[in-house]
Amino acid sequence: MIENRPILNMVSHAVLIFGVIIVALPIWITFVAATHDPVRMTQAPIPMLPGGYFWENFKQTLFGGGLSGTESAPVWRMLLNSLMMALMISFGKIAISLLSAFAIVYFKFPFRMGFFWLIFITLMLPVEVRILPTFEVVADLGMLNSYWGLSIPLIASATATFMFRQVFLTIPDEMLESARIDGAGPLRFFWDILIPLSRTNIAALFVILFIYGWNQYLWPLLITTETDMTTIVMSIKQMLEAAEQSPQWNIIMMTALLAMIPPVFVVVAMQRLFVQGLTETDK
Amino acid sequence: MASITMKDLVKAYGDVEVLHHVEGEIEDGELIVIVGPSGCGKSTLLRMVAGLETITSGEISIGDKVVNNLEPADRDIAMVFQNYALYPHMSVRENMAYGLKIRKISKDEIDQRVREAADILEIGQYLDRKPRQLSGGQRQRVAMGRAIVRNPQVFLFDEPLSNLDAKLRVQMRLEIRKLQQRLGVTSIYVTHDQVEAMTLGDRLMVLNGGYVEQFGTPIELYDRPATLFVAGFIGSPSMNFLPATATNGLLTLGNGASVTGANHANGAITLGIRPEHLVHDENGPIKISVQMFEQLGANTLMHGVLDGTDNDIVASMPGHVTAGEGSVMSFSVEASNLHVFDATSGKRIEE
Repeated sequence: MIENRPILNMVSHAVLIFGVIIVALPIWITFVAATHDPVRMTQAPIPMLPGGYFWENFKQTLFGGGLSGTESAPVWRMLLNSLMMALMISFGKIAISLLSAFAIVYFKFPFRMGFFWLIFITLMLPVEVRILPTFEVVADLGMLNSYWGLSIPLIASATATFMFRQVFLTIPDEMLESARIDGAGPLRFFWDILIPLSRTNIAALFVILFIYGWNQYLWPLLITTETDMTTIVMSIKQMLEAAEQSPQWNIIMMTALLAMIPPVFVVVAMQRLFVQGLTETDK
Repeated sequence: MASITMKDLVKAYGDVEVLHHVEGEIEDGELIVIVGPSGCGKSTLLRMVAGLETITSGEISIGDKVVNNLEPADRDIAMVFQNYALYPHMSVRENMAYGLKIRKISKDEIDQRVREAADILEIGQYLDRKPRQLSGGQRQRVAMGRAIVRNPQVFLFDEPLSNLDAKLRVQMRLEIRKLQQRLGVTSIYVTHDQVEAMTLGDRLMVLNGGYVEQFGTPIELYDRPATLFVAGFIGSPSMNFLPATATNGLLTLGNGASVTGANHANGAITLGIRPEHLVHDENGPIKISVQMFEQLGANTLMHGVLDGTDNDIVASMPGHVTAGEGSVMSFSVEASNLHVFDATSGKRIEE
């Protein structure tokens, strides 16, 4: 809509600015809290301007023992764990759903549609529903307290399979036929043609899945008992309840701040591909 | 270079037979056009030669090798698709080189072959562009370039010009013909456009409803169409058909007028006359009541009905004719230009 009305412009800007403030205020408070010393954070009113303890808090959080008086792992270790888990989940999900979508779209085998619907109905069984049997299986396989245990049960993805199926269906049949005449076998076709053509969709999905993996809370909480394997999202919650002392807000907020960085980085880095992947229809 | 032989070829989807016992022999270096209305099975036939459709029964050989069970890549063919099927993420160069790369041909040779093909097609300056940065005609050339670099025994064209505008189509048609003659590669070309078919093909295979109606040179098909279908399909504007009765060669039309044919048919027949063979003649036996004229510049199409009946008839008259709408004009036709078909079977009755 192209209009030239100054008042309307001002109103719409005011609405947008108001929205930004609502969204940004908690993040600002998090940042401010991460820059003060522990004592200041227990006094009312809470500060609204940054203090001078940013680097001290940063160092203590990232490399020190985190909260004083507890035995949690340093935050860099938790970040690493979270990163490993999120990456394994997103790469695993993408790889498996690409392959299963490839099989469902391009190969004729008995009960093809049956398999598709079988995959599809697992949408109705998220981790939370099947958490106890899954725990049992993972425990029996000896995967507790390992990256495999953290990621493998979350890897199968009906949503991604379905999405790639739709993407593959939009690729004209002639592409396959022309590849066959060029002498490309199925895997060659998959690798040389299908993957590059679904590049933007893969990127979009990666962003969504990375954040999904990064934000996992319940599952890591259940299967990690060693402090070395805790992920950052669950540890923030644990810090609040840690020991018998008042919460050390400066450290907790610094941890939260650090926990935000990787997802933000992924979104910013993949933004262009992400938008293309969700909007592009031209093949 | 190779010949192609189709023996008793049948294609069926379940119980539905879509191609019925197709026979054909294509000689080395020939360009064959398969032509017919949409849904007649022409693309299916081409795709069977390419190996993209299975063969229900019968046999296809390229050279002296039966290819029924060979993968498309092993048949030594190249195909140009209707929508070109260029890989959108590869540059023109990569598109052309892809098949060669898979065949593990050395890099130098790929480079050389791509450059040669690009020179022939004059697409040298586009080699590093992506297909979406090219116009329709340029994409068309790239698709042909992809076929040429493979240096195959057979070219297959599946309606390659139907996405181009009329002017470009005429130009590309000529280029395809020149290219094919220059490279001397046996080719099969599928189209629904009879003008394209007439101008391109050494021989034409006319398909209708899965049956081969006639297989012959364009002039054979024009001069001596074997069936009513071929007669109506080849030639523009299409042939006039008039019901008539024949008694020992004398053909009596619906309004009682009669013309002398060149054969000795008897009984109910369909008389076919091409519009361009109707000659304006004051004493001619064929009287047409004129409804309207269409001016084409070089000639004029006269639309009317056979006087006294409601059989539509079109005559192509040289030059400009404007006067005479509503009147009755007389025409004559040379006996050799009369086509006589059996009224029930639609088959040509030979002289």
